[in-house]
Amino acid sequence: MSDSEIKYRMAKTGKLMIEILPDRCDYCGCCVGVCPEDAIELKEAEIFIIDPRCTNCAKCVWSCPIEVIKFNKEGVQAH
Amino acid sequence: MNKEYDIIVVGAGPAGSMAARFAAERGVSVLMLEKDRDVGYPVRCGEAISKAGVEEFIQSDDKWIASRISKFSFNAPDGTEVIIEFGEAGYVLERRIFDYELARTAAEAGADILTRAYVNGLLFDSDGKVSGVKYEYNGEQKEIKSKIVIAADGVESRVGRWAGLKTHIDFRDMESAVQITAANIPVDQNTLYFYFGKDVAPNGYFWIFPKGHNKANIGLGVSGIIGKKKSAQSFLDDFMNKHYPNAPVLTKIAGGVPCSVTLDKISGPGIMLVGDAARQVNPLSGGGIASGMIGGSIAGRIAAEAIKMNKLEHILTYDKAWHDRLGKRHETFNRIKEGIYNFSDEKFNSIAHSVLKIPIEKRTLGKVFTTALMNNPSLLLDIAKVFVI
Repeated sequence: MSDSEIKYRMAKTGKLMIEILPDRCDYCGCCVGVCPEDAIELKEAEIFIIDPRCTNCAKCVWSCPIEVIKFNKEGVQAH
Repeated sequence: MNKEYDIIVVGAGPAGSMAARFAAERGVSVLMLEKDRDVGYPVRCGEAISKAGVEEFIQSDDKWIASRISKFSFNAPDGTEVIIEFGEAGYVLERRIFDYELARTAAEAGADILTRAYVNGLLFDSDGKVSGVKYEYNGEQKEIKSKIVIAADGVESRVGRWAGLKTHIDFRDMESAVQITAANIPVDQNTLYFYFGKDVAPNGYFWIFPKGHNKANIGLGVSGIIGKKKSAQSFLDDFMNKHYPNAPVLTKIAGGVPCSVTLDKISGPGIMLVGDAARQVNPLSGGGIASGMIGGSIAGRIAAEAIKMNKLEHILTYDKAWHDRLGKRHETFNRIKEGIYNFSDEKFNSIAHSVLKIPIEKRTLGKVFTTALMNNPSLLLDIAKVFVI
């Protein structure tokens, strides 16, 4: 693992808690722009969180204009 | 398509197309890659632009002008409307046609264009200089080399990040927006409408921009600070339910506007950033079409010069060229933004009441700002800079 990968893992509180509801996503990229960890992959009509990088900081949740990114305390299945 | 190019541009919006065109016009080889199926679509934009901003780059053409703008209407939280008249000041665009036409001018200048090409990584020389891109096309992973990569990959830009530039935008500066095109909106077809106040658009503005035949581009952006509590979607629903509950919605889409100063560094070895990717949006208005085209044209020109001089480090002069042309002004606009958008509803109301006392034929944007700053004298210096320098 690279240093940055180790940093990502350490910053994580355990499981991934950020969930993108892909069926409702508009693929606008607000979340990608504010993500401090480059942890969101966005193609033309495909989006997912790169689990090992995500620190559950929730900035993407706050920046989603149409409320399709949720903070799920129970943890979510990684892509 | 060539096996390699002098310059690869990632993203075919206005900034990318101008970078491609201004480079190709100088005789270097250019490839522009677009991740979406179509250039110009989907449209994530309010679509308003000044006439001067367009005509620096392309002759005005009715096929992408939805309406011609000669008035601004500013609406205070208490309903007070302040109208400012101009000559023909600008347009509301049909961006799906406009962007397409801009890309055509790049193609005419000699640039190659490939859509549905999703860039997902960069190539590097042994000395760490960016030397091309990795991309996915037709389900296949490919690579292509270039001397310079120009990243025009929008608000969601990752290319600059991969090249080691700091491109991440603070969530407080991200205006997360929702925008609709609605029918049966009976507003004046030559007026841009702006609404202010904490109920409609805290720390920003709500817009209604006419697109002819009573269609309108309607929307707002909210900062992540506001979005924590209430989303742009929710503000839009509230406004429409209140004012136009029965308006048919023809299109609806989300989008993001990076409303900050330009990134500290927008070039590096083998890499240049333009448009939203470089955060070249005017932070006061949120307008990014004209400034993106300017950024793209400067980058394209400098990149071509660097290739022709065989002196790639020449691209590092782009930062200063941009700063001198617009970056410095954006710093001032950003300070004004921070002052104005923090006004309370009462302040907006009292400014509107003061401005109404100025006869309409004497009302200018400058006078409106001057009135605004009587409510906040610390902004005086910043505003003076905008109108004096």
